[in-house]
Amino acid sequence: MIGLPHYLAVAAILFTIGVFGIFVNRKNIIVILMSIELILLGVNINLVAFSVYLHNVVGQIFAMFVLTVAAAEAAVGLAILVTFFRNRGDISVDDASMMKG
Amino acid sequence: MNFSGDLNLAFPELILAGAALVLLVWGAFSPKSTAALGAAAVVALLGAAVAAATGPLGRAFGGGLIADQAAVFAKVAIFVACAVAIPLGQRWFERRGVNNFEYPILIVLAALGMSVMASAGDLISLYIGVELHSLALYVMAAMYRDDAKASEAGLKYFVLGSLSSGLLLYGASLIYGFAGSTVFSDIAVAVQGQANTGVLFGLVFLICGLAFKVSAAPFHMWTPDVYEGAPTPVVAFFAAAPKLAAMVVFARALAEGFGGAVGQWQQVLIAIALISVAVGAFAGLAQKNLKRLWAYSSIANIGYAVLGLAAGDQQGVQAMLVFMVLYMVDVTGFFACLSALSRDGRSMESLDDMAGLIKERPGIALAMTAFSLSALGLPPFSGFWAKYYVFKAAIGAGLGPAAVIGLIGSVVAAFYYLRLIKVMWFDAAPGVTDAPPAEAKWTGIVLALFSFPVVLVALTWIDPLARAAAVAFGLKA
Repeated sequence: MIGLPHYLAVAAILFTIGVFGIFVNRKNIIVILMSIELILLGVNINLVAFSVYLHNVVGQIFAMFVLTVAAAEAAVGLAILVTFFRNRGDISVDDASMMKG
Repeated sequence: MNFSGDLNLAFPELILAGAALVLLVWGAFSPKSTAALGAAAVVALLGAAVAAATGPLGRAFGGGLIADQAAVFAKVAIFVACAVAIPLGQRWFERRGVNNFEYPILIVLAALGMSVMASAGDLISLYIGVELHSLALYVMAAMYRDDAKASEAGLKYFVLGSLSSGLLLYGASLIYGFAGSTVFSDIAVAVQGQANTGVLFGLVFLICGLAFKVSAAPFHMWTPDVYEGAPTPVVAFFAAAPKLAAMVVFARALAEGFGGAVGQWQQVLIAIALISVAVGAFAGLAQKNLKRLWAYSSIANIGYAVLGLAAGDQQGVQAMLVFMVLYMVDVTGFFACLSALSRDGRSMESLDDMAGLIKERPGIALAMTAFSLSALGLPPFSGFWAKYYVFKAAIGAGLGPAAVIGLIGSVVAAFYYLRLIKVMWFDAAPGVTDAPPAEAKWTGIVLALFSFPVVLVALTWIDPLARAAAVAFGLKA
């Protein structure tokens, strides 16, 4: 029987992969955008699992808001990435280091 | 309460949302009329401030939106700061040949997000407010599209800001699951006396996410890069209103949702406050770029605001609100002055560029001196009164040792403020500066006058308003 702990474990794993994807990844900024989506999806699994477990619909409403905002966030992120690419001609992470200190 | 009553409480937000949509359509059909559009945005913001100050108080949408003294206090300060940022930024972009009509609209949208944050009564409206203002700020950081530094700043801000939203959201989901509700007042019932482990876990994530947004150490790493890369007037906006909104929502979540578990979050906040003060003071010593320098200064100052909040009582929250409002004036003014300065068309941003400024631009140099002395906390400037409130509250709550460490941090930080003053007053000027644009210069000078003589009068009405706001959070006296 698959219960609440299983869902929470999956969500926690997705969240952790997302966070590590941002910090460990040294290649490319698109991968970072994907990691951010992974974090938000992990949170959504959490919210829906809790919503079912608590018999309370608020969690699912919250998940809808998160989905909407995630779409907006991806749009803004890609737009910023395009301006970055136009200025540099490259989107590798190591390149984003004009400013240091 | 019925639906129209709910809408009545959300009137300032409705004004801003309506204004943003109308202005966007207006801008799309006549992209040339940027000046009129900016003026209309300023009118909408000031109208929203009046609506917030005179509107009814209460709770709307099932507790999701709270209009109380604290929300009113924060909203008026936020809307005024946003209104100041519009002419400042618009003219700066115009002089660089960028005629974006989107700039005032983004500020209105950011103001709407901050207003929702200041009124947030549950985790959903908290998240929506945080995201709405963050998305507008990411775009504004990268708005100077042809500048490589600005787009890098926007990208870094976006990545780390999204990460912090993710942390905040993961914490919110855990709190929802283990406390059984997203509304702060229901969460407060669930955590009375002692919060269970799941809720505490969520609370720690929530605090981390919000600490990112206020750029408190150890979550400050985005701040220096974003401040250095983003256009100076945009930084003047970034460093002021969003910080106040985030501190208010921080206080609201902790006081209304977790007021019964003060002992459990107080330790975390003290640690964040002291690390911020130390990082801001010591890392600032090595900075040559003034925007980076003031980024570290803002990290240290947020540390003092968090220290006020860590006191966990009404005096603490009052101290935090007074501190943030006075700090907003300093930081907006300093960056307004900085955005007014250029030499041969190149922005003056490094410490060496400031040499001999007092002889060439005495007005701006005097204003920058006043802001530096104020941020350093020298009496009788506004920064002194801000810190006075914080230390009084911290000592009153039995946080004497933390207050002493804060004081030491402020002595260390004094070095870099005084060095800036010394360079401006006593070093030889390397060349002639360009004539400063009127709006940035006068914004700087007027705010400098606030930070010294006017503050003494202003405090007599900021103090009772902040106290009424602090009472609204419902912490112990």
